[in-house]
Amino acid sequence: MSHHLVEVESLRHVYPDGTVALRDVSFRITHGESVAIIGANGAGKSTLLLHLNGYLAPTAGAVRVGDLSLTKKTLPEIRRRVGMVFQEPDDQLFMPTVYEDVAFGPVNLGLSDPEVEVRVKEALERVGVAHLRDRPPYRLSGGEKKRVAIATVLSMAPDILVMDEPTNGLDPFARRRLIELLADFRHTKIFTSHDLDMVLDLCERTIVLHDGEVRADGPTREIFRDVGLLAACRLEKPLSMQGCPVCGARPLQDV
Amino acid sequence: MASFEGSILDFRRLDRLAAGETALHRLDARAKVLVTIVFILSVVSFDRYALAPLVPFFLYPAVVLARGSLPAGYFARKVALVLPFALAVGMLNPLFDREVAVRLGPFGIPGGWVSCASIVVRAVLTVSAALLLVGVTGFPEICRAMERLGVPQAFTVQLLFLYRYIFVLTEEGARSSRARELRSFGGKGLGIASYGSLVGHLLLRTWMRADRIHMAMLSRGFTGEFHARRPPRFGGKEALFLLGWSTLFVVLRLHNIPQLLGSLVTGGVR
Amino acid sequence: MHMADALLSPAVGGTLWAASAGTIAHCSAKVRKDLDDRKVPLMGVLGAFLFAAQMINFSIPGTGSSGHLGGGLLLAILLGPHAAFLAIASVLVVQALFFADGGLLALGCNIFNLGFLPTFVAYPFLYRKIAGKRTEPARPVIAAIVAAVAGLQMGAFAVVLETAASGISSLPFRAFVVLMQPIHLAIGIVEGFATAAVVSFVCKMRPEILQAAAEARPSAGHSLRNVLLSFLAAAALTGGVVSWFASGAPDGLEWSVAKVTGKEDLEGQEHGIHGVLSALQEKAAFLPGYTLKKPAEAKSEGTPQGDPGRDGKAKTEGGGRLGTSVSGLVGATITLALVLLAGFLLKRRSRAA
Repeated sequence: MSHHLVEVESLRHVYPDGTVALRDVSFRITHGESVAIIGANGAGKSTLLLHLNGYLAPTAGAVRVGDLSLTKKTLPEIRRRVGMVFQEPDDQLFMPTVYEDVAFGPVNLGLSDPEVEVRVKEALERVGVAHLRDRPPYRLSGGEKKRVAIATVLSMAPDILVMDEPTNGLDPFARRRLIELLADFRHTKIFTSHDLDMVLDLCERTIVLHDGEVRADGPTREIFRDVGLLAACRLEKPLSMQGCPVCGARPLQDV
Repeated sequence: MASFEGSILDFRRLDRLAAGETALHRLDARAKVLVTIVFILSVVSFDRYALAPLVPFFLYPAVVLARGSLPAGYFARKVALVLPFALAVGMLNPLFDREVAVRLGPFGIPGGWVSCASIVVRAVLTVSAALLLVGVTGFPEICRAMERLGVPQAFTVQLLFLYRYIFVLTEEGARSSRARELRSFGGKGLGIASYGSLVGHLLLRTWMRADRIHMAMLSRGFTGEFHARRPPRFGGKEALFLLGWSTLFVVLRLHNIPQLLGSLVTGGVR
Repeated sequence: MHMADALLSPAVGGTLWAASAGTIAHCSAKVRKDLDDRKVPLMGVLGAFLFAAQMINFSIPGTGSSGHLGGGLLLAILLGPHAAFLAIASVLVVQALFFADGGLLALGCNIFNLGFLPTFVAYPFLYRKIAGKRTEPARPVIAAIVAAVAGLQMGAFAVVLETAASGISSLPFRAFVVLMQPIHLAIGIVEGFATAAVVSFVCKMRPEILQAAAEARPSAGHSLRNVLLSFLAAAALTGGVVSWFASGAPDGLEWSVAKVTGKEDLEGQEHGIHGVLSALQEKAAFLPGYTLKKPAEAKSEGTPQGDPGRDGKAKTEGGGRLGTSVSGLVGATITLALVLLAGFLLKRRSRAA
């Protein structure tokens, strides 16, 4: 199952203005894993993500997706395999209707019209927005936009789903629905998020970034119990692991 | 500030109307675009003193409003907004054109008034035609129709992108503008210095947004080409619509129907 | 200022449309060949930015009024003439369709006046020459003001020329010029300052944007020449064809239509519709004996004043043709009533359906 592998080796990235965004990042994600990359703002999470589909090229180090190294030639295939959903849905939904946005990927892959129709239909149904197919994007709510944005990459049948701050800006209901949806996906999943409760719900593994380096990489629950680590990286325990603010009850021990 | 947000809401409303479900809405956009073009050409090709012959042309907006289930009051208001300009220029005609053109019994109406009225009527007709086209077709469909009618893809893609992001950008602009107004007092703070900064920031954010959109496009396999979708049919209904209305407009242009009707009724010499 | 359909004749409108369409085609081809596919979203969002920016005002000291950015010159500075032209044209299309700014026939004129003139004339010949390749603050400011003023003066003058050539407004050429140019001088200065304000901001914050833009088009001169040539060719061709049709008649279209249909216009017909109707007239007339003076007769009785040149010609030739005699007005009223009734009935029907 090597094509579901994401491997990052001694990745280093320095921006043109001299900022060192990533110092020496290494990790390996295998098929079906659900991994969260957490850290303070400016820790380098988004920069790291942008390497995974080749938008940014490393200053040093290597990125491998499946058995393909990241090169100019392999870019199109890598971009098909790694479906990336960005923070701002408005940046991702640039076609006049939902249908066309979701069809954009498959059309660029060269699929025929009937095939595109099938892919789009499936993707829309998967995220539960089939009724929105002819809507223009500016008439969607925040939650709907997020789900359509996911559909736009699902239609390309990726192996790996990467999402930058998936629950950002969603109301509690939309957030809950999104978490349920994501829990259902069998893809390899990589998220960045400040929503540590979602991370607790969805990801069995967590990588903590701080100042462009990997500070911790292990089971989510273990990491969230390490109060010292969290504090040093400008993080906290998820709210569901903290005490109840109303009755003052302490959290369960084996959470 | 109110007019800023108001005009955008207005814009949205027109866009929403275009999503209607009438038979007229479902017609292929090319037919509607072409009919509008014939309409406008017919109307503007009258000479400056034409007034009565223009009147039958109101049939088209009336029918479109009715068949498209569009709110007449809304469109009337939008058209009325345009009148002041047409009047402003037309008003000058009576000053310069005092020769009597029409006699109503003992009264002589100077040509200037007739041409002024003609300008106003023309304005109402052509503006209605454009607004109604959007109301029953929707902007994206109009762009696609244009592409199929031969307009270069680079331009239609530009139109679609522009349209897509107008809502986003104007909201952003409105937020910044509002913030600035709330921190200005009695006109201080609304000058050009803060303007340059505000608009400048908006510009830079827009520039970065373009980068992100580009990133999203690349992530989904964009290589510079937009692939055209299979065009919907231009069928019998569309042909009938196009030929029917175009013929009517040409006939109305060549024959002064009100004149005929009127002379029927008055029985007098024309 | 936007040109309006109401003031435009098809001949003039058509010519300017041909020129604008040609330029759109040319710029589309050019932008397509441009290898930077980043331009696609950039042009789109900058057009939207222009839209949004046009709604933000700044107060003009000492006048109590406010000004805002038009943006043609700014876009040319940021994108280069070809991409900027397409962006501006797209904004004008949306404004014409949604806000009825001018109208669809006048759109061709507006794309030329507000798109072509700033990006292909004011920008290369004035802004670039004055601002040069450097990005120090002072130069671009002066360049922006000069180019904006010039661009708007040209645009305003173009509107005057287009209106005069159309012959629909009776406003004399000279009066219109006196009205338009000074106003647009003021608007131009405002535009210049607004553009300069934004440009100097970008200069301070992200000079690399302006740097890249300034250096990216060394071959502007060459393609510019092509654009100007093709525009001139299109205009000459259309203008020539149209004026050939229009020779002799105040309304060229009618003349050519008459030729095509073989019918003279309304007056003096014995057969056809008019014949049938005159027969009907005797039976249906309910205002018999109400004689009306033919407008042509009235003219010979009245004392003509004012400018006899073009106006007079139009009136005497088209006296009865104008169709605004009493029966015309009566008929117009009846028609209007019929139209309203038709609309009403159709609405009823579609609601019931």
